[in-house]
Amino acid sequence: MKHHIEGSQAVAHAIALCRPEVMACYPISPQTHIVETLSRKVKAGEIGNCQFLNVESEFGALSVLIGASAMGARTYTATTSQGLLFMAEAVYNAAGLGLPIVMTIANRAIGAPINIWNDHSDSMSMRDAGWIQLFAEDNQEAVDLHIQAFRLAEELSCPVMVCMDGYILTHAYEVVDLPTQEQVDGYLPAFEPVQVLDPQDPVSIGAMVGPEAFAEVRYLAHDKHLRALEAIPRLSQAFQDIFQRRSGGLLKAYHTDEAETILLALGSVNGTIKDAVDDLRKEGWPVGSLALCAFRPFPSHALRHVVQDAKRIIVFEKDLAVGKGGIVSSDVKMALRGLPTIVDTVIAGLGGRPIPKASVINTVKQACLEGLEEPHFLDLNWDAINRELTRQQAQRRSGPTAENILREIGAPGASPI
Amino acid sequence: MIQIRIHGRGGQGVVTAAELLALAAFRDGKEAQAFPSFGSERTGAPVTAFCRIDSQPIRSREPVYHPDALLIQDSTLLHQVDVFAGLATSAFVLINSTRDVDALHLTDFVTQHPGVQMHTLPASDLAMKHLGRPFANIGMVAGYAALTGEVSKASVNQAITEKFPGWIGELNGAVAGEVYDFVAANLAKV
Repeated sequence: MKHHIEGSQAVAHAIALCRPEVMACYPISPQTHIVETLSRKVKAGEIGNCQFLNVESEFGALSVLIGASAMGARTYTATTSQGLLFMAEAVYNAAGLGLPIVMTIANRAIGAPINIWNDHSDSMSMRDAGWIQLFAEDNQEAVDLHIQAFRLAEELSCPVMVCMDGYILTHAYEVVDLPTQEQVDGYLPAFEPVQVLDPQDPVSIGAMVGPEAFAEVRYLAHDKHLRALEAIPRLSQAFQDIFQRRSGGLLKAYHTDEAETILLALGSVNGTIKDAVDDLRKEGWPVGSLALCAFRPFPSHALRHVVQDAKRIIVFEKDLAVGKGGIVSSDVKMALRGLPTIVDTVIAGLGGRPIPKASVINTVKQACLEGLEEPHFLDLNWDAINRELTRQQAQRRSGPTAENILREIGAPGASPI
Repeated sequence: MIQIRIHGRGGQGVVTAAELLALAAFRDGKEAQAFPSFGSERTGAPVTAFCRIDSQPIRSREPVYHPDALLIQDSTLLHQVDVFAGLATSAFVLINSTRDVDALHLTDFVTQHPGVQMHTLPASDLAMKHLGRPFANIGMVAGYAALTGEVSKASVNQAITEKFPGWIGELNGAVAGEVYDFVAANLAKV
């Protein structure tokens, strides 16, 4: 049934329908509404046999879930930004141990400078930890991906992050078709662990592995992700069969047939990008767009298949590999190796900076007519940057960069105390 | 598509107003999106919230740069924030104030923007009567519904009940009713 509901509330509703057995959460903006709602649902007895643990930290949250998952429980948590960094060691361990934990990332920038707003720096920092990473385009897809994530995680015995843009999705009210318990039960079978700590049948999990076998264990984690490339579209199709709508999959193409230029992005900006594609096509520009839903595993083959006839791919990404440029675009370039396709990197939306449709359109035109420097930074205030660089060159004690830039721009709270 | 931008200060229920408008539009059978501005929000600091209403699914995630309607919950913002930035040529503007457009020194603006339809509404005072607190958000939403008809009054009332179950909803419903009466008696119809 369709509801007009906040993204966080909708996701909490979906998680509850997935019948998690252990949730351990530490609140952090913009994830807070999700875990608050879930804790209330558990307290109200709305999620049958579920334990909700208030823990002392994100590290504690994921460590609890590692234990609970190893005991055979269906497990869930959510975090973002510095919270994800604080649990980093456990993030790698959960994947290395092959424990099918599902975690929402309410995508947010990482400090310093401290910033609570949206970009993809947090999940990108854990992209090679061994978790599957799925990105939601809107709140309907955020709901649907969580349901698919439990089935995917448990089938492969591999943890899954569902990434949804902080504030832009978590705090947006929009129309979402909330599934029923019967639908979710029909899609998501009971968790049958491939490994379980059982006193009646003792095993140890977490062996010390030396040089003689470490690479083999790591290869098998890689092999699991290669199998996920097959499982993700299959489970998306199975979802469609029950829920009558398309959600998830590896990637979603929009007007890519005969497109000379294809815009590629992760997450909610794909909505704005589709509007930009429509406007550009009305003006006669042969453009299309591609939303990557799966970022890990990276769908190189599927991507290459869709874009192989295009002349140019423009990757809009909400992250920055400092000292290099694009993270997503590097993966795209690797997927397209040997093809003459131009791949542009547009760094956009950092720290919650809006990505206006007009800026997207202007950038596409500029790329097609003049080419773009690599990487291109969307809507950067070069005047403020150049003045700060000049100041740094002029005096050794030029002061803190963030405060200087705030003063340049005249932002609130910028004047010296 | 109708794009609405709401200006106010942190603590005045600006985000709630956007959510109520979107929920009311949804109850009218439309697609609707509401979201807060992405900036530093503190009690008393300028806050912006956005609402889009359409018959088609809404995909855009950009802030509302060119509002068709502007709801200004705190008239002191007129001197602090460029609330009229990007205003559509035929925009509807509603300002929470006991003063009229002339007393707010906006006559020149209206003259220079002949397509703009601007009203003031004493939403804080009308809220005080029922809530004992100057929360202008419900009154501004009700005023928008009554003056434009872009969302129905019935759906606004329903949205208030859904958002505020129980006695708080009843009091806010009374505020909306007060605003409908005020609009009928003092401002252009609908």
